[in-house]
Order: sequence, then C-alpha cells, then structure tokens
Amino acid sequence: MYVAVMGGERAIENAHRLLAHERRGDRSVPELSLSQISEQLGLAVDRVMSEGALYDRELAALAIKQARGDLIEAIFLVRAFRATLPRFGATEPVDTGAMRVQRRISSTFKDIPGGQVLGPTFDYTHRLLDPGLAEGGNPAAPALAATSDVPMPRVTDILRQDGLIEPSPVAEEDAPVGDLTRDPLSFPAGRDLRLQNLARGDEGFLLALGYSTQRGYGRNHPFAGEIRFGEVEVEFFAEEIGFAVPLGSIELTECQMVNQFKGSATEPPCFTRGYGLAFGQSERKTMSMALVDRALRARELGEDVVAPAQDEEFVMSHSDNVQATGFVEHLKLPHYVDFQSELGLLRKLRREFADANAAPEMKEAAE
Amino acid sequence: MSGEMALQERRKGAMRVLAHVPSAEIGARIAEVAVPSHRELRAAESGLVMVRGRIGGDGAPFNLGEATVSRAAVRLDSGQVGFGYVLGRDSDKARLIALCDALLQSPEHAGAIETKVVAPLRAQMQAAQEQGAAEAAATRVDFYTMVRGEG
Repeated sequence: MYVAVMGGERAIENAHRLLAHERRGDRSVPELSLSQISEQLGLAVDRVMSEGALYDRELAALAIKQARGDLIEAIFLVRAFRATLPRFGATEPVDTGAMRVQRRISSTFKDIPGGQVLGPTFDYTHRLLDPGLAEGGNPAAPALAATSDVPMPRVTDILRQDGLIEPSPVAEEDAPVGDLTRDPLSFPAGRDLRLQNLARGDEGFLLALGYSTQRGYGRNHPFAGEIRFGEVEVEFFAEEIGFAVPLGSIELTECQMVNQFKGSATEPPCFTRGYGLAFGQSERKTMSMALVDRALRARELGEDVVAPAQDEEFVMSHSDNVQATGFVEHLKLPHYVDFQSELGLLRKLRREFADANAAPEMKEAAE
Repeated sequence: MSGEMALQERRKGAMRVLAHVPSAEIGARIAEVAVPSHRELRAAESGLVMVRGRIGGDGAPFNLGEATVSRAAVRLDSGQVGFGYVLGRDSDKARLIALCDALLQSPEHAGAIETKVVAPLRAQMQAAQEQGAAEAAATRVDFYTMVRGEG
C-alpha cells in the first residue's frame, strides 16, 4: 500500500539541486560535451542504445551525462523518452550479410572468404593501464591497406551450403512479428519475442547466464562461428512513397554461435545455432545473447530443461534491467503504512510468544 | 527498365547518399542550385521506427529495437511531391532530402540536383566508406605456417 506523504517538496527540490551540482563536479574542470561522450565513451553509448532499445547516439550520450555515468539510469531515461514519440512503422529486416564490416572473426575456420578482420578490439591487449593515455595526446593515424571486393559471407551460410548446420527458421512473408513493447509477455514465447527480449536485456545478466551454460548448467558446446561488427543500411517501406526508403545506416554487432548437433531417424545430424544481434559494438552482449538464445531452444530441440538459462520464463522475466531496478529500487520509497502493519503484527506475535513462555513458569509458581 | 523504375532508382540512390551526409553539407550544396518556389506539404516531425533483424541473420524477422527517424514532405509549385525520411532527429535534414526528392522528379531541375548535390556528396560518402574499409583491411590477419626445425 502506498500513501502520499506531504511535506517533502522542499527537500526533494533541494536534493535535485544538489544532484545537479554534484553532476557538474568541480566547476574548475571543463564540462563534458555530448560529442565527447559519443566519440570517446562510444561503447557506453552503444550499451545504452542497445539496452535502451533506441538507436540514437546523441540521446544516449545525453542520458549518460544526465545519469552521471550510471548506465542503468541512462537506459531508464532513454526508455522513458522513447515513449514520448510516435512510431511510423517497422523497417525492412536488415541484411547483416551486406554489412560494411569493420571487424569479422571466426573461431571455427582459419581461412574464410573475406578473411579474419580484427578491427578495433581490446583482444590481444595486455590489459596494462596506460599512463600515456592519462596525459592525453593524439594517437597515430590508423594503418591503411588495399581493400578487396571479395564478399564476406556469414560463416553459417558457408556451413549451410554443405548442410552441416540447421537452417534458420523462416516465416510467411506477412506473418506478424511479436513485439513486447506492444503486447505483454506470455509463455511459451516465440523465438522472435525471445530475441527481442534478449537484445534489450541486461548485459551482465546475460553474461552470467551464458557463462552458467559453459560451466555446465545447460551445456550446449558452443563455438563462436562468427562475430561481425560494422554498418548496415536501414530501409523503411513508406506507404505514401511506394518503395523502401533508405534511412541511413546503423552500427550492429552480430554473433553466430555454432552448437552441438541434433539429428533424428529421418534427418542427418547437423550443428545447431544460437544468435545474437545488438546495436553498436556490443561483442560481449551478442556472444552472451547467442549462448542464451541457444539454451532457450532446449524444449524445441528435445533437451531436458534443467538449468536457469534454459527456463524461458525465468530468463525473460528477469533480463530487463529497467524493470528489475524499478522493483528493487522501489523498496526505497515510503512503505510506512505497510511497515506499521508488519510492526503491529510482530508485536502481537512477540506478546503471544512471551505469554506462552511465561505461562508454565506462572503455573509452577502457582503450585 | 521503364522510365518510372529508373526514376525510382534515382530517387532511392539520392536518398541513400543524402541520408549519410550532415544536413549542413546538403544545405550548402542546394544553395548552389536555383530552387523553385515550394512549400511544406507536411510539417517535419520526428518519431520512431522499429528496426528489424532476422533470426540467424537470414531467417524470420524479429524486432531488434527502435531508432529515431525524422520525416518531411515538400511540394513544388509545379506539382512534384518529395519525401524525406532519415535516421535521427534532424528535421531540417528530412526537409532538405524531401526538397531534393521533389526536384529530382522535376525534369527541369533533376539534372542540376544530380550533378551539383547528389554526385559530389556521393563521392564524399564513398571516400569515407573506402577510408573505413582500408582501415579495417589493415587489420586483416595473414596467416602463415611456421616450419619447425629443418626438413
């Protein structure tokens, strides 16, 4: 039960004023600009766009600034903002096969058409703090090399040619696509809804669940078939124009996990797959997502559902950090009346306990 | 290709280029063209589109997350209606794209828009994309096999 408590207005107003002051920090230090956040804290921006489920670098940077770098608070701000805008419709599905790749690696094949492209990565760094960065300065310009026109097919497409991996599920041209921002979740949920849920899910939660599958809680023997990051073109079919309009491009990361085989009396064994896709450069997120996507297919693939990562209701109901933080943090709000009733009950129970324990003594004393 | 299809491809091609360029640069290029009298058919507005991906990259669609989009419609006094749709919340950019789209449909102005606005911006966009591709290409791994010991 919630009861409005009056009298806190001035305290709240002053608390927000103090928050703005603390957000600004030492005023002799230059203030952060949104472009500084967007350009120099790009991966934080990517995470806020991904879990805020809204692609807009500038808004995500503003949210990070306003939230003082608290990314879950920033994600909350972005989600609240999106609710204020009308939706024009849904885009044509993006073609990640036509991505302008900045990074593309496979841990299953050394030699793949288009090659292994490392791109901007923390991999192979020594994780030693760099005092040079503390002083600032301009790094060397990136090295350049001749480009080639060799296409970069998805590794799963290559495996698919030989029938070694299961095909992706297909749908009728105009089949409805589940949207959990429009309809409340119900179970069992289709894979479209599960992927939408995971795409906006908390990276830490998905990382822990993905890790749990590797440690044996719903093991599914994954290989990182391919991870790619780069720009894809987005098109939107606008009724009034009559053709799919190019809207520009967005950065995406895609992860294709290749997992243990399935097969049956009628179908030869083949690899199964888990899929991850997220806004920006979000490699850990998409890898975790792909592991959990595969784990959540347990029922479909006839596996025993024994681990948390395989339990769709558990995963989908707890993956959203805005919902989670809302429920956890609401404990901070006044619960005075609730607590008074609990207190009253506890006092009554303690009285009864005291009476019950005092009774034998009194009886003894009486004898 | 029929004339109508060719026009549609030109419009799409122009939109693809203009969507990638900051609005100030489109504005600067349009300033070099004699723009006929026109009006906004629909006030520019910002909203959302739901971006879709495909399961496994090539399967059934799913909703990935939304993106901000701006749109506008412009009508030339000569009757051509142009549309602008672009990612982001820059409604000026949507208006400029709509204006270019309308002009591209006008036989009188299409040539100037193509050569003075779209072509140079396309070259600029391609140069930026090639720079990115060359930077990525420099991080491509060239595997070679170490031979141990002597034959």
